Amino acid sequence: MAEESFLTDDFLRQLINVGEVDILVGLPTHNNAKTIGSIVHTIQSGILRGFPRERAVIINADGGSRDGTPELVTGASIDDARPASNLYALRTLHSISTKYAGSPASGVALRTILAATELLRAKACVVMSPESVSIEPEWLSKLLGPIYRDGFDLVTPTYRRHKFEGLLITNLLYPMTRALYGLRIREAYSPEFGFSGRLGSQFLGQNAWNDGTDGAGVNLRFTLAAIRGRYRICQSFLGEKDHVERHAADLVPALRQTVGVLFSALEPDFPVWSAVAGSQPAPTTGADQEVLLEPLRVNRKRLREMFSTGVAELESVFQSILPPSTLAELQRIARLGEEEFHYPAELWVRTVYEFAASYQKSVISRDHIIQALAPLFRGRVFTFLMENRNASADDVEKNIEGLCLEFERLKPYLLRLWKSRE
Amino acid sequence: MREMIISELSQALHEIGRGFAHFLPRLIVMVILAFAGWVIAYVVKAVLRSILRLIKFDRLSENAGASQLLTNAALPSATEMVSRFAFWVTWLGFILLGVSVLGILGLQDQIARFFLFLPRLFAAMFILFFGLLAASFFSRAALLAAVNANVPSPRVLSLALRTIIIVFVLSIVFEELGLAEQTMLVAFGIAFGALMLGLAIAFGMGGRDLAKRFLEKRFVRAKKEENEDELSPL
Repeated sequence: MAEESFLTDDFLRQLINVGEVDILVGLPTHNNAKTIGSIVHTIQSGILRGFPRERAVIINADGGSRDGTPELVTGASIDDARPASNLYALRTLHSISTKYAGSPASGVALRTILAATELLRAKACVVMSPESVSIEPEWLSKLLGPIYRDGFDLVTPTYRRHKFEGLLITNLLYPMTRALYGLRIREAYSPEFGFSGRLGSQFLGQNAWNDGTDGAGVNLRFTLAAIRGRYRICQSFLGEKDHVERHAADLVPALRQTVGVLFSALEPDFPVWSAVAGSQPAPTTGADQEVLLEPLRVNRKRLREMFSTGVAELESVFQSILPPSTLAELQRIARLGEEEFHYPAELWVRTVYEFAASYQKSVISRDHIIQALAPLFRGRVFTFLMENRNASADDVEKNIEGLCLEFERLKPYLLRLWKSRE
Repeated sequence: MREMIISELSQALHEIGRGFAHFLPRLIVMVILAFAGWVIAYVVKAVLRSILRLIKFDRLSENAGASQLLTNAALPSATEMVSRFAFWVTWLGFILLGVSVLGILGLQDQIARFFLFLPRLFAAMFILFFGLLAASFFSRAALLAAVNANVPSPRVLSLALRTIIIVFVLSIVFEELGLAEQTMLVAFGIAFGALMLGLAIAFGMGGRDLAKRFLEKRFVRAKKEENEDELSPL
């Protein structure tokens, strides 16, 4: 097996000692000592509750932690989880940790987990985020159950989130993925997901692991591979997603990991997405999405300022990416005051599609194209905040649905741009 | 006397005839070389033009900012310029080869020097093109990073970086061409030093208000925004 070569001898020896398993839980970590202990106990508790008869293993792929994270994973005793669940596992629950070579990278971690999945012939696997402090034992059953019991190949989560959290997902990733691939998956890019052994093996063999990206956005690639391969996909509602502290500077890396991956997938996937019209809902267990409405203090003025500055300062860059009509429209909006400011959905969708087409044509460096989208996204976020500041959960959902339909309606425009690329 | 004049004249005519007979084949060879050179140069131009179009050289040149320079100077596209340049260099090379066949004293050295200069000319053009490309890439990268980090005057920052790279590239190009090496070295030193001094003065004195505003914006806002939530994009 080719994948064995990048695994260490010690890790292979440990895997051989485990033998075959039914359930595999993957934990990619890097300096997560603060949270990892409770997460491992919750996972153990989830296995005891949901899969007491199954052979299970926790695989920790560590990126070189210096805070003792791997020791906390392997040292966590199942006895600590037992009193809470009041249940007993009928099989040994193994915990293995391996440190992969190189710098911490989500792609290498997932590759290690997938290789272990294949070697241990696991039937159902789940990858859990090492930062999910709100994880519940039921999450394991929710992500593994549809695979182990109902024959699904990929389970993506849905969460309860604040209406203004995950705006890159609600304003770009979800609507565009849905419009292009025809499947309504709310969280195509998620740190938690379940998958079947056969999907894992297929992705392990086909993904370009050495493309120089260190596997940035590999979770999204995984979801897109499942859609492309026509695997059975469903969603499962997990509960509240943690409010992770992020700063405005995180936007560009987030764009690279999501929009960059999606744009780069469009070229090889052209035969797939060009043949799709409309979209179908994915089978979902629990709520499709729940929205929290508690008040949130956001600096809207700064968002609008960064949009206006971006449009003015990056004019030469936008001239290479956008047609003159779109650029003129953006410049007009950039001059508007806070009260009149409105970046309409139709213009936003056209902008995104024009960026996708320019990315494909590589009119300038592809990374620069992704970076240039950041100020425009801020403008769109400003409009979204203004439109939904007093909106109820239903209204927010309606607005997101409206944006999704706009992405679907304008898909022929993307096709025209694509075909006129030469 | 008369016989002597006739003899000298016939000898002179004979020598002219012999010289012409000696020169004529060389002239024919030169004409043939010039004609063959034209054909080869034309083929080189056509092939090069096709290759450059295939690799989308015009787009590269656009990215490097070279296309804009050419358009401003009412010159054809970068692909056409490079193709034509290759044509003329090839043809001129053949013509000079033909001239050297004529065996005219004094020209040989000049021709040899021309051929020795060609590699340096190509290297200089190569450095100039990729230098412009690098200047364009890094100045755009700086512009995008500055805009996304909300740094004041991002275009000035980008332009300064572009200027520094271009000045640096030009100094290397002139050195490669061997044109006024000492003058260029001194000019580069003065220009670079002046630029740095200018920037230092601009930031220190002229940009005092800007720096003040920047620091105020950075720290005062940070204080004000302590109670504001950051939105998670994912």
